[in-house]
Amino acid sequence: MTGGGAPMSELLHRFAERAGDYRADVRLCSQAELPGVLSGLLGKEVVLPQGVPPEWVAGLATIVDDGLSPADLDRPQLSVLTGCAVAIAQTGTLVLDGGPGQGRRLLTLVPDHHVCVVFAHQIVADVPDMFTALPDPTRPLTMISGPSATSDIELNRVEGVHGPRRLDIVCVIDK
Amino acid sequence: MTGSAQPRRVVALGMPRHATGPLAAPITAPEPFADAAARKLKDTQLRANLGHATRTIRDKRAAVVAEVDDWEALRDRAAAVKDDVIARLPELLARFASAATAAGATVHHAADAQQANDIVLGLVQAEQADRVVKVKSMTTQEIGLNEVLEAAGIAAIETDLAELIVQLAHDKPSHILVPAIHYNRSQIRDLFALRMPGFAADSDDPAQLAGAARRYLREQFLSAQVGVCGANFAVAETGSLVIVESEGNGRMCLTLPRTLIAVVGIEKLVPHMADLGDFLRLLPRSSTGERMNPYTSIFTGVTPGDGPQQLHIVLLDNGRGAVAADPVGKQALRCIRCSACLNVCPVYERVGGHAYGSVYPGPIGAILSPQLTGQQAGHNRSLPYASTLCGACYDVCPVKINIPEILVHLRQTGPKPLAERQLMSALSWVMRDRRRWKAALRAARAGSAPLRLMTRRRGHTLRRAPWPLSAWTAHRDAPLPAQESFRDWWRRTHE
Amino acid sequence: MRIALFITCLNDAMFPKAGIATVTLLERLGHQVHFPQEQTCCGQMHANSGYAVAARQLEQLTSSVFGGADAIVSPSGSCVAHLRAHTALPVYELSELLVDVLGVTEVGARFAHRVTYHPTCHGLRLLRLGDKPLRLLRAVEGLELVELPDADQCCGFGGTFALKNSGVSGAMLDDKCANAAETGAEYLAAADNSCLAHIGGGLARRPGAPKPIHYAEILAS
Repeated sequence: MTGGGAPMSELLHRFAERAGDYRADVRLCSQAELPGVLSGLLGKEVVLPQGVPPEWVAGLATIVDDGLSPADLDRPQLSVLTGCAVAIAQTGTLVLDGGPGQGRRLLTLVPDHHVCVVFAHQIVADVPDMFTALPDPTRPLTMISGPSATSDIELNRVEGVHGPRRLDIVCVIDK
Repeated sequence: MTGSAQPRRVVALGMPRHATGPLAAPITAPEPFADAAARKLKDTQLRANLGHATRTIRDKRAAVVAEVDDWEALRDRAAAVKDDVIARLPELLARFASAATAAGATVHHAADAQQANDIVLGLVQAEQADRVVKVKSMTTQEIGLNEVLEAAGIAAIETDLAELIVQLAHDKPSHILVPAIHYNRSQIRDLFALRMPGFAADSDDPAQLAGAARRYLREQFLSAQVGVCGANFAVAETGSLVIVESEGNGRMCLTLPRTLIAVVGIEKLVPHMADLGDFLRLLPRSSTGERMNPYTSIFTGVTPGDGPQQLHIVLLDNGRGAVAADPVGKQALRCIRCSACLNVCPVYERVGGHAYGSVYPGPIGAILSPQLTGQQAGHNRSLPYASTLCGACYDVCPVKINIPEILVHLRQTGPKPLAERQLMSALSWVMRDRRRWKAALRAARAGSAPLRLMTRRRGHTLRRAPWPLSAWTAHRDAPLPAQESFRDWWRRTHE
Repeated sequence: MRIALFITCLNDAMFPKAGIATVTLLERLGHQVHFPQEQTCCGQMHANSGYAVAARQLEQLTSSVFGGADAIVSPSGSCVAHLRAHTALPVYELSELLVDVLGVTEVGARFAHRVTYHPTCHGLRLLRLGDKPLRLLRAVEGLELVELPDADQCCGFGGTFALKNSGVSGAMLDDKCANAAETGAEYLAAADNSCLAHIGGGLARRPGAPKPIHYAEILAS
């Protein structure tokens, strides 16, 4: 039940390692530990898409998106919490498709901090598997591999140009 | 979704034609490559920047490609998919148009740059927008869209950091992936201080400069009504577009404005969504040397309540149909604009992108620009000679474009100077017969005998020769004909 | 084994030593070499310079001169690559013949010098010679092989490129020569005298730099 005892699947291990390679902060926990981990990561103001299970954020002050404007989301202290549709182990990629708990595309774009929950069973091996795992690939898809970055000035990598400058990924080891 | 909308009838491609007219300028070299290259060669700062950049990306690429066991099979499959697309362009275009239309997009067809620009300008004007925010797009550079919009009083704001730098400098990109590689950090700081409204940064630290661009562009994103993008891929079966990026500026342009206009080269098609699996493994590794780029957006038509509620897709030919009709040159349409060929090209590494006189630089530019415009345009006929045929580009190409083969093909089908034609013709006449060849060897030996005597202390190499061989001796000694040819030795020793 | 020699126009006129070495070496290994007198040029220069018709004529000439040969050897990687792409001839670059066909890496040579090796683009990327020439060189008695930095980088020759884009070619050559000089080698060896003519012409202007040599000459010594 707890993260310590469960054998980590190879995919989960690889996903965590590869997402970490691209400077996302990755944590592993059990389902029971999830609310505690999230409350430690999230700031004072948290935006949620519709469909995030209430037990994840019990006790936290949250705003559920009901058509927030980009300006509403463009505040420095704001964090956004979402789930994802699929995650790709080989590349450390999160795939969001706007389904429940993921919301509109701009929710994970305008705020400066994105916390994303990934369940171990959502992780596929490589990019081609994503297209078979997605329920409907014609939904608007966003593939996220680490925080936004640029290397445009003398090839120096700078994190956080326009998307969230911080990306926290919480991997939940399935029961 | 407007599923009931009738798909717009696809216009017949008609006779393939090249990109011509004044609007072909962005892909037409204004001077011979050799002249531009000779000038760029003197820029030691440029050469140092390019050397550092290309070597860094080259090494990163090699490391992440080595991780993929089936890389060669991936390349083969991707090349086959693209070849299939090139063979079935009209059919797949029709399928794409009908799927995109069914998903709520409006599809337009543009035969050339002029038509594409007219369509985009009309759409922006209909929105009564005074500016557009742009995702980095080679295709809109190819048609010179920014200039057309500016001329109509519409600001086209490049939002990719490097493209913004180049735009603020009123300059041109020098690399497909890192367009501002010819600028260093202090030049960029000075430029921002001069041209970026509200710029305040006391250092030239890249993070601070990127932060300044973030603040400046965020205002633009939040207020822009129209976004303009290209596409890395367009999926025929679903009508979807794919945008691969790093900074998030693409996502901003794709989600915040009310109206989005995508200008898409017709060769960007792939038949099925599942085909993207291979291409998305190939592209980031080949391009930035990453397993995956930070952000990839895949979107299909219009999604109510999420992102732009009006999507226009302009499918651009601009010479591509003519390229598709060339049995050898058509491979160039497989290109996914990764720029791996630039980073391994020893010629590009020393002169940079501007020497190619086209928005498409490097080895791919040397085969793409003259094919899109026809070799008669400007000095595009000089581009196929901008290569030693070393083959490094072919080795790294994720879609296996045999660039050296196409370079040779273009040389063989393109115009050549009369004096050279005469010389080559004389040489081949001599070489077609061994008696003439033997006589020529004897004459060369006799003619160079005094020179052999003069250069014997240097090992019989000539330091200075008259034109046209002066081009050789400008950089290296020239060898002299041997005192005894091989065939004379053979006769003396073996007959 | 009876082996036909394609000397190439450049070696015939300017660098006969590479051909003499090839013949000497193969005869020493007990093979019979024969030299069809009608041969001239493979057509590579015309093809790569844009003269397809002349190239085809020379390819056909070479095909007919060597038609029926069991094995053809040539001490020029780029010409072998051209003939392989445009004719059906069983043509081998010297190291391919020795290592792949004859199964020899130890050729009984002695060359007590420090040598570095430039693999040449055609050898590397068209013929995929790999380490065949190096295996042959390493087996040479007394020879000390030193690695050439950035060996896989083109030297800048490229046929008419050296004339049409003389400056860029010269810049590439400078880097190649600097790397060669850095090795401290006495000789820079390669499998192609066209590249060597170019590199050698640059090395000649650097006092103390390695001397150019076709690797066949080392193997025959």
